[in-house]
Amino acid sequence: MKWSEVFNSSVGKKLVMALTGLFLISFLIVHAGINACIWAMDGGEMFNKAAHFMGATVVIRIMEIGLFIGFLIHIFQGLSLELQNRAKRKVGYAVELGNKGSKWYSRSMGLLGTILLIFLIIHWKHFWIPSRFTGVEEVTLSNGVTTHNMFALMQSTFSELWVVVVYVLACVSLCWHLIHGFQSAFRTMGVHNDRFLSLLNSVGIGYSVIISLAFAMMPVTMYLGWVS
Amino acid sequence: MEQTINVTLRVWRQKNANTDGKFESYPVSNVSTEMSFLEMIDVLNEQLIKEGKDPIAFDHDCREGICGMCSMYINGRPHGPWHANTTCQLHMRAYKDGDTITVEPWRANSFPVIKDLVVDRSAFDRIIQAGGYISVNTGNAVDANAVPVEKQKADSAFAAAACIGCGACVAACKNSSAMLFVSAKVSHLSLLPQGAPERKTRVMNMIAQMDKEGFGACTNTGACEAVCPKEISISNIARLNQEYLSSSFTTAE
Ligand code: SF4
Ligand code: FES
Repeated sequence: MKWSEVFNSSVGKKLVMALTGLFLISFLIVHAGINACIWAMDGGEMFNKAAHFMGATVVIRIMEIGLFIGFLIHIFQGLSLELQNRAKRKVGYAVELGNKGSKWYSRSMGLLGTILLIFLIIHWKHFWIPSRFTGVEEVTLSNGVTTHNMFALMQSTFSELWVVVVYVLACVSLCWHLIHGFQSAFRTMGVHNDRFLSLLNSVGIGYSVIISLAFAMMPVTMYLGWVS
Repeated sequence: MEQTINVTLRVWRQKNANTDGKFESYPVSNVSTEMSFLEMIDVLNEQLIKEGKDPIAFDHDCREGICGMCSMYINGRPHGPWHANTTCQLHMRAYKDGDTITVEPWRANSFPVIKDLVVDRSAFDRIIQAGGYISVNTGNAVDANAVPVEKQKADSAFAAAACIGCGACVAACKNSSAMLFVSAKVSHLSLLPQGAPERKTRVMNMIAQMDKEGFGACTNTGACEAVCPKEISISNIARLNQEYLSSSFTTAE
């Protein structure tokens, strides 16, 4: 079987979603871990060091390209699958099955993903574009290195209430997206042992809730002035 | 206890595949709660024939829950409200006096409406033809118990073999995906030693045919499992994924 045939089949397309999804899931752990440094209560010293590390070496710049590719594939494949699947039923039902057969969020991955995409664009505009292109005010760390003061940028960004609300709503969408996506990815990759599936289901719910809560607490604690 | 009820049936009427359809409402009175849903439609059809009208076309054959013909989407659920049940085994005691019941055909591009509630499910036949078989030598039949089969695998294969090919999984799926059906057929044959020679080609050919027929991609929502009259487990879909991926990545060409 040719590679193109495999990846153009319905199962192959889903495999791409599963693999890129799990890659992004692992990225979220790194992202949340680094951002959690804001809670070191040292005026952002530790966080700025970590942020500096994430931009300082060529290795991480290369990994960043991989991350972009992962995002792009997941987004485009996801949107195109959603549209293709929708087109498979031209005439709909007068009375829908709705929640009688499945969870609303498992049927809404396209919608949740689109909300996350819009959030992602806002998020890039807030942090990634200033730090890479338009510039951020500098700070000198205790070891003498001068770097972007990402901590101060976070504090000023999250001083506006609407931004905090948008971020929290995005985290809620993220949580539902992950709860379905986590276990669905393993099913698509072929895990069919019921014992593992129920374990993965629990791990997935735990992961989704913890990650989303951690991200949501960042703007909230900053807005409330609990972080110094 | 037997009662008689009056219901209103709101049915999809469509002359043929090329015309547009619409809902028509019919009052059905003095329906025994002991009647099956199909018997209730039989009564209505007799009434329609007497009035010189076209009776409602619907598929049915065994009327005992084993053939998979009785495809009806009743009040927003394939095969009606009861769990693990076919339309022919649905009884009117599921309804109350005065109920309005909406009946629609399976909706999926791959299951075009032939007339009223009858849809063309030959796409399923072509998927089976693509790989849903095993090769058996001619000559004397081999003793049934000559080939040892692991108990667990025999049980899983047997559970998967219960699929009656009704298409409710496709009807319920938001993606019109046929994965539960195909996974049941693949699991049924590939778990057994008798199905081993075609194991790789079977799954690849059946998925290729499934895609060609225009069914959607599975997003693991679980709606199929919830409505399947034979309680085919969604784990079969994950097994199908594994069979497909390991087969397609390990063929030489
Ligand atoms: S898997 Fe269940 S719902 Fe689907 S065709 Fe088979 S019996 Fe019908
Ligand atoms: S008529 Fe055979 S299963 Fe219902």
